[in-house]
Amino acid sequence: MIRVDGRSDSSSLIRVRGINKTYSRGGEKIQVLQGLNLDVDKGDFVAFMGPSGSGKTTLLNLLGGLDVPSAGSITVDGDEITHMSASKLTHWRARHVGFIFQMYNLIPVLTAFQNVELPLLLTKLSKSERRKHVETALAVVGLADRMNHYPRQLSGGQEQRVTIARAIVSDPTFLLCDEPTGDLDRKSADEIMALIDELVGKYNKTILMVTHDALVAARAHTTLHLDKGVLIEAGKSAQPVLAGGAA
Amino acid sequence: MAIPIVYNLRSVKARWTSAIVAVIGIAGTVGVFVAMLSLARGFRTTLVSSGSPDNAIVMRAGATSEMTGAVTIDTVKILQDEPGIARGADGPLLTPEVVLVAPIPLISTGTDANVQVRGVSKNVLEIRRNIKIVEGRMFKPGLAEIVVGKNANVSYSGLTVGNTIGLGSVRFKVVGIFDAGGSAFDSEIWGDAHLIGPAYNRPDNLFQSVTLRLASPDSLQQFKDAVTADPRLNLDVTLEIEYYSKQSTRLTTLITVLGGIVAGIMAIGAVFGALNTMYSAVSERGREIATMRALGFGGPSVVTSFVIEALLISFIGGLIGCIAVLPLNGLTTGAMNLQTFSHMAFAFKITPELLVKGVVFALFMGVLGGLLPAIRAASLPISSALREL
Repeated sequence: MIRVDGRSDSSSLIRVRGINKTYSRGGEKIQVLQGLNLDVDKGDFVAFMGPSGSGKTTLLNLLGGLDVPSAGSITVDGDEITHMSASKLTHWRARHVGFIFQMYNLIPVLTAFQNVELPLLLTKLSKSERRKHVETALAVVGLADRMNHYPRQLSGGQEQRVTIARAIVSDPTFLLCDEPTGDLDRKSADEIMALIDELVGKYNKTILMVTHDALVAARAHTTLHLDKGVLIEAGKSAQPVLAGGAA
Repeated sequence: MAIPIVYNLRSVKARWTSAIVAVIGIAGTVGVFVAMLSLARGFRTTLVSSGSPDNAIVMRAGATSEMTGAVTIDTVKILQDEPGIARGADGPLLTPEVVLVAPIPLISTGTDANVQVRGVSKNVLEIRRNIKIVEGRMFKPGLAEIVVGKNANVSYSGLTVGNTIGLGSVRFKVVGIFDAGGSAFDSEIWGDAHLIGPAYNRPDNLFQSVTLRLASPDSLQQFKDAVTADPRLNLDVTLEIEYYSKQSTRLTTLITVLGGIVAGIMAIGAVFGALNTMYSAVSERGREIATMRALGFGGPSVVTSFVIEALLISFIGGLIGCIAVLPLNGLTTGAMNLQTFSHMAFAFKITPELLVKGVVFALFMGVLGGLLPAIRAASLPISSALREL
């Protein structure tokens, strides 16, 4: 169950309470997120939409521990990440977050296999165990026969599949997708979204996705709109959410 | 676990055009570094190999080299009876020697070089046993004959067997060539001390040093004690090998210091080259670095990875630098011995130890050139770097 009113109980997998994010640019303070609340349960698939500069990616970065909020708290599976040290946050990311980027962000000098193996290098798995996990992840995304290919030898859709394999290989707590189809044609985008649907439906993955594409967003359980740093549920005005405030 | 090294290996391979600037800079620096050290090493080896651990050299107390020594014939006679000296068929094995320099044109340039001329006794080959006549014969005592070292034979004009050259007021005939095993003696001319000195208007009864063969390696102290205890003598006794080792210090230090300065200045340039290469690597791969950090690789892993990459580049540079100077090994050159002011031929001596030093120097430059960019890589803001194109 996805809520943005800050009134959910503490059983949510992801619990965001009153987060603000302010940037300074040339002496001017820009508030990107304003007292934002969010609750996401395990297995939820939520899409964030909104105009450019509305704070979608900032929110994703905060949820993924890539950035820290100016105020408020984020709790994931019982761990409050907002006050973690940089080093702890790094370890936390490795364990709990799978990233899927718009531009794939594969390492060009590594093969598909080696790219997918990267997160596992941070675990205590043996080489043979890592190989098994990587082969499974690549099989899930339908690229078992491309594991020795370099990113330049793959199509955009295939690259994104490798990125998805890399994101799921360590079985993280949740996946963050930043415009996963933004760089793909419609056909490839559909294939990627079918794969993401499968991750949610078949493997019960929790996914938070930023997109500009309404068709892509429509495949999520819930679509939330960000406007001027405020989250609102699709079809609702900003007012009720603001009224919800922090719990 | 750290970022896999294959990432660095392939990144260097993929960006070789950028890495090559640093590689060339480091290779050049290491080449100069190893060449200068091998020059100093060659000079030192040549001089040190002139001395034998079985011989002692006796000079006037306070003399720093044979050139400044003075030993009279009376002193030599006293020394002959001291204990600890080996004896041959003709008596004690010692050679009172006259050392001076004569200007002789170099074959290569035609310009005069100071060649060391040594007046020795007839039994000198029994004392310096590593020296062999390889062409012609030994000079005959009392005759105006000389033998020349193999380097002198090929370096200076007129020092061929059968030729006659003027030394001082006397014309000497070259009757033989000797091989002194690559030591400084190979650059010398030897003749009878009783003729060489007078040829330069020196008294027949005055020498500059006495070299003697010890009865055994333990005899040095016995001989030294005897010389010290004898009130008629005011002499310094040194093991010959130590004397030549000291002789090499001044020029060796000079070459090393000058070489160090040149290599140091080049190293600054090479480090900047490495810095440039690594900074551009970090700049070009901001998104890759941010991705790896997002995946959970920490700052220390990123620093280590980029330092390893810098080390890899510098190692290749070091290796190329070492290989490039290898042909210098054994190449003969000449320099002025600052103790005797005579020209001495010696060979570049590139040892495995010097090559290791060269590679270590390269790695040191790599660390200097890689550390700051690596720290920058680790401190890039992940969120913005992830979206770099």
